[in-house]
Amino acid sequence: MIHSLFLINPSGDIFLEKHWKSVVSRSVCDYFLEAKEKALEPEDVPPVIHTPRHYLISIYRDKLFFLSVIQTEVPPLFVIEFLHRVAEMIQDYFGECSETVVKDNMVMVYELLEEMLDNGFPLATESNVLKEMIRPPTILRSVVNTLTGTSNIGDTLPTGQLSTIPWRRAGVKYTNNEAYFDVVEEIDAILDQSGTTVFAEIQGVVGACVKLSGMPDLTLSFMNPRLLDDVSFHPCVRYKRWESERVLSFIPPDGNFTLMTYHVNAQNLVAIPVYVKQSISFFESGSGGRLDVTVGPKQTMGKTVEGVMVTVHLPKTILSVNLTATQGSYTYDNGTKLLVWDIGKLNPQKLPNLRGSLSLQAGAPKPEENPSLNIDLKIQQLAISGLKVNRLDMFGEKYKPFKGVKYITKAGKFQVRT
Amino acid sequence: MEWANQLCENRQFGSKMTDSKYFTTTKKGEIFELKAELNSDKKEKKKEAVKKVIASMTVGKDVSALFPDVVNCMQTDNLELKKLVYLYLMNYAKSQPDMAIMAVNTFVKDCEDPNPLIRALAVRTMGCIRVDKITEYLCEPLRKCLKDEDPYVRKTAAVCVAKLHDINAQLVEDQGFLDTLKDLISDSNPMVVANAVAALSEIAESHPNSNLLDLNPQSINKLLTALNECTEWGQIFILDCLANYTPRDDRESQSICERVTPRLSHANSAVVLSAVKVLMKFMEMLPKDLDYYGTLLKKLAPPLVTLLSAEPELQYVALRNINLIVQKRPEILKHEMKVFFVKYNDPIYVKLEKLDIMIRLASQANIAQVLAELKEYATEVDVDFVRKAVRAIGRCAIKVEQSAERCVSTLLDLIQTKVNYVVQEAIVVIKDIFRKYPNKYESVIATLCENLDSLDEPEARAAMIWIVGEYAERIDNADELLESFLEGFHDESTQVQLQLLTAIVKLFLKKPTETQELVQQVLSLATQDSDNPDLRDRGYIYWRLLSTDPVAAKEVVLAEKPLISEETDLIEPTLLEELICHIGTLASVYHKPPSAFVEGSRGVMHKRLPARTGSGEGTESPDVGNVAGGSAPEAAPSIIPSQGDLLGDLLNLDLAPPTTTGPPPPTSGMQMGGMDLLGGGLDSLLGGDIGGSPAMGAGFGAAPAVMPASLNAPVGGGLGDLFDLGGGVGMPMGAYIPPKTVWLPAMKAKGLEISGTFARRAGVIQMELVLTNKAMSVMTDFAIQFNRNSFGLAPAGPLQVLTPLGPNQTIEVSLPLSTVGPVMKMDPLNNLQVAVKNNIDVFYFSCQYPISMLFVEDGKMERQVFLATWKDIPNDNESQFQIQDCHLNSDAASNKLQGSNIFTIAKRTVEGQDMLYMAIKLSNGIWVLAELKMQAGNPNYTISLKCRAPEVSQCVFQCYEAVLKN
Repeated sequence: MIHSLFLINPSGDIFLEKHWKSVVSRSVCDYFLEAKEKALEPEDVPPVIHTPRHYLISIYRDKLFFLSVIQTEVPPLFVIEFLHRVAEMIQDYFGECSETVVKDNMVMVYELLEEMLDNGFPLATESNVLKEMIRPPTILRSVVNTLTGTSNIGDTLPTGQLSTIPWRRAGVKYTNNEAYFDVVEEIDAILDQSGTTVFAEIQGVVGACVKLSGMPDLTLSFMNPRLLDDVSFHPCVRYKRWESERVLSFIPPDGNFTLMTYHVNAQNLVAIPVYVKQSISFFESGSGGRLDVTVGPKQTMGKTVEGVMVTVHLPKTILSVNLTATQGSYTYDNGTKLLVWDIGKLNPQKLPNLRGSLSLQAGAPKPEENPSLNIDLKIQQLAISGLKVNRLDMFGEKYKPFKGVKYITKAGKFQVRT
Repeated sequence: MEWANQLCENRQFGSKMTDSKYFTTTKKGEIFELKAELNSDKKEKKKEAVKKVIASMTVGKDVSALFPDVVNCMQTDNLELKKLVYLYLMNYAKSQPDMAIMAVNTFVKDCEDPNPLIRALAVRTMGCIRVDKITEYLCEPLRKCLKDEDPYVRKTAAVCVAKLHDINAQLVEDQGFLDTLKDLISDSNPMVVANAVAALSEIAESHPNSNLLDLNPQSINKLLTALNECTEWGQIFILDCLANYTPRDDRESQSICERVTPRLSHANSAVVLSAVKVLMKFMEMLPKDLDYYGTLLKKLAPPLVTLLSAEPELQYVALRNINLIVQKRPEILKHEMKVFFVKYNDPIYVKLEKLDIMIRLASQANIAQVLAELKEYATEVDVDFVRKAVRAIGRCAIKVEQSAERCVSTLLDLIQTKVNYVVQEAIVVIKDIFRKYPNKYESVIATLCENLDSLDEPEARAAMIWIVGEYAERIDNADELLESFLEGFHDESTQVQLQLLTAIVKLFLKKPTETQELVQQVLSLATQDSDNPDLRDRGYIYWRLLSTDPVAAKEVVLAEKPLISEETDLIEPTLLEELICHIGTLASVYHKPPSAFVEGSRGVMHKRLPARTGSGEGTESPDVGNVAGGSAPEAAPSIIPSQGDLLGDLLNLDLAPPTTTGPPPPTSGMQMGGMDLLGGGLDSLLGGDIGGSPAMGAGFGAAPAVMPASLNAPVGGGLGDLFDLGGGVGMPMGAYIPPKTVWLPAMKAKGLEISGTFARRAGVIQMELVLTNKAMSVMTDFAIQFNRNSFGLAPAGPLQVLTPLGPNQTIEVSLPLSTVGPVMKMDPLNNLQVAVKNNIDVFYFSCQYPISMLFVEDGKMERQVFLATWKDIPNDNESQFQIQDCHLNSDAASNKLQGSNIFTIAKRTVEGQDMLYMAIKLSNGIWVLAELKMQAGNPNYTISLKCRAPEVSQCVFQCYEAVLKN
């Protein structure tokens, strides 16, 4: 099972180590640091590295490397999932996941890691169970603790760990009972030069924020559940009900959680909300080139497209750009060769355009590669797949909760080739 | 007013109340200050001090000096303080074992605490303290906790058994904890079940042959029930455990599949992949015409696709596994090509894997799309990726015949870009396309020739030279082109030199008149000026061929070449089957069987897919049934009770390569494909029969680990053995030769199996190897090399494998060794690391030689010298061993030992006890003196060894034992 964990910052310093079995020397990280040196970008470090005596499985998240050491055959996905859980736990407890935050809360992070694994076996990874055992810090509490000498450690048995619904603790009480759901859809797409869709799919997430007293039993139904043929559920969802009736029936965890993720990749169902007309060309002589990009709305279902942003990785040999934007503003970073054009809201009457000239370094040849454009966008109150929540019913409790559903569509990996 | 001060201090720095304050004390005397605080009377101050200690520990500072002071804080009612002290203990107990004992009482007391949380915490922490003395005290509390009324304590205790096993395996077995753990599988609480399964699986890994997880339909049912109710991590353990089960029939298999399928919709990707493993494995047993089979296939695709939208690291592992799945069952993902399209911001390791899968899924239906994508990728920035994309275009051409033309024109377009590495890759793949579709695309040769000058990589140069030589008659200036390469002949890599030699000979055979000079030039370059034996050999062969019989030369050199196969990098079917059973594990990421790399699992059972057993399927089941039904009864009719049983048994055979080394049985009806599956089983099957060995029955279940060569020699019965009597039978003179063992199983070496032993004959050390080709292609170009080793062993000549080794052929080779090679101390001393190369790859293995090989013939010593030397060597260097259960008298023993150059110098008899004094000289001049005491009627001898280099004593003793007992 999982032997040790090291947290490493992008410059290669190890700032936290935790061992669940015998202590493994830090020097084992040298193999990883070597691989990191070889990789062009921190994202490119291979996630599984073989050393003579150990295996190193790592993730790169929030600009930090989470590196675990294992010695026997352990499913790598299990390790990677767990590492993400660690990152989420830090985020959840301290509001962000960064080196500073971890260093500031070293002892608590250490205590948490101790609770998450025992001898390398996962022990408590559900946030509500952890929070029952180790209370998250608040400024008020830390002052009170210092004054009264009480601690952050709960001394009750984490009941959730044993019940058949480990995700929910008993005795939850709220004065305002509310259940909110967010349907967030991300469009992953590749469009080719002519604007034809090469590939498109929708990654959907139904997130929930449920603050209900007692043991509510919820049923969420959709207007058009047939859309969903590829779903993964939070463990609380009763799979049988879904199979037979296509409704989500569950006793929710307390607080924020992801209820369901789904995936729509039937080509005809994926609407592409914007089109991009672009031309990036370089002169044969190699002295420079021209760039001309226009963005316009396509299938938006009558909604406004906001937060539009175009990012271009320009070739390495570009020296400078001289462009004008009819809407929004652009920035160009010569170090990373990243051109970012922040457009904002898309106005169908007056299409935003960015054009101008690119100049190359003296003597550099005509660039070989075609830069590609990454698009960012947001549409409020729309799930682009057409998914709609029908109703939410609650059983098992008597009070009337507040209910609400929000929809939002975003661009995921939305890429236009040139 | 301590807290007030602290508050002020914090306000002063404007910081929140955070743990960073624990790092502020970095001045000298830090430890001293902490010590004082730890011993403070104020609880609060104590706790703060412990926190500071933990904080220092977390960043790797050594605070072990505070051990007694921290342990003193342990007896407290404050749970947080207790936890902190426990954390500290776990880290430092190992370095302070005596002090750690102080903590034992508190632990034992805590295990009786009314609060289950404290009981669990105590037993959990105790297991983490890796000190032998403490583990003894742990047994009783652990036993109680395993039967605790509270499931939280039971599940913690289950894990604790695994911890204890890690520290002291024997203790766990003696105390009967394993049985208690097995009982917990039937526990009423699903979390306890999951933890018991996890603990047992971990323990089982270090005991590959033990039957810890004895799965039967009842326990499977319990696991399936627990599966629905336990946490996500528990589900992974249970699913992985289920995957080891072999259902009795297709109905059971189907019912398990039905109950596992819902896991495919789990949010945790590890759960999903483990479920995929179970389904992929159990699906094998379902009849293909069953409706459910089709349903299941359909259900497998969406979860795999979903894995690809996860974080890149998860994607990578998923892709490595999908690569296996599409090889085994391409139908699952055949419509999902698009999800493998590469995105611009995928990490490079994801891009390369996606590309691989795209090629595997390429078919006539989607080839247009794939080609368009590949062409797009060929213009990307990353060089490795671009190269692979270009190569992929070539592979598409070879795989999908209809697309070949399009591929070639795409490649030509790419060559026009003149980007150096793109051009080189394109030329390499075009060469393969020529081989696949002869006489179709040669029109492009002209374009290729234009780029001759820009090629600077050996592979591309070699490919281009091959093309020029192969099509010399169509290229007007072929001689000029080749001549231009010849100028820098000695600077070229071997690959290019060999190609150039062959190409010029081809050219000569095609246009003999103009190129006579050229061919003479290259032949003399290859044979006279080169140090490379491969090159020289090939040169001489051509030379003789050309000078003796030009017609024959033409037939040989210009012979029609076999077409290359469609997919060149498929994983061998046996390995693929094994890997499918390991989906989701490291093995599936590395595409190697676990035995190839997981430390300490040498005896790992090779897993394999179960066979289909459905009614009416037995005779026509596609993968295995035919071969088994067809040829096996012919091969060994006498020992097979009935065909029905045979099918079942053969199919259950372990797929491990045979550990015996006989040549394959002379069954003519055996087909190549079947050989892989049945080779192992049949060998031992026949062996058991003819040799009359009691292992006959066992031959069905699992091949015996090592079969002595002497037994094996008559068994194999092949002519090879008769001709090469020296191989395994043993020298008349009686020098001890250990039986041959398998050094390199075929699984690890792409089908090459190597077994062997060492012998000393007439003063020459010989390494006797048996090479068996279990792959489907011919192996050539064998070579061997040793790593530096303790006694400087090195091959005294090249490995003499003159003829290519065909599939299923075996060859025995004797390799003389010298002892003048470079020296490096190995552990164990007699370890030898060997690299064997053939045309496929380089393989590494290590083996241990008996040190008796190194005993030289002039090891006799004068009595006086012996006595003086014996006295001279300090007594510290003397080591004593027992040889048990040996029934020889002193003369017989003395004779036997002399055969292995262990010389008796003197013999003394005192009170019925024979004392033999013996001397041994090692090849590096080290003397070993021995005294062997034997008492009449007592089968146990005592041996004392004295040597100036006492490290060798252990090895020498082993030799004594081996020689005397054989």
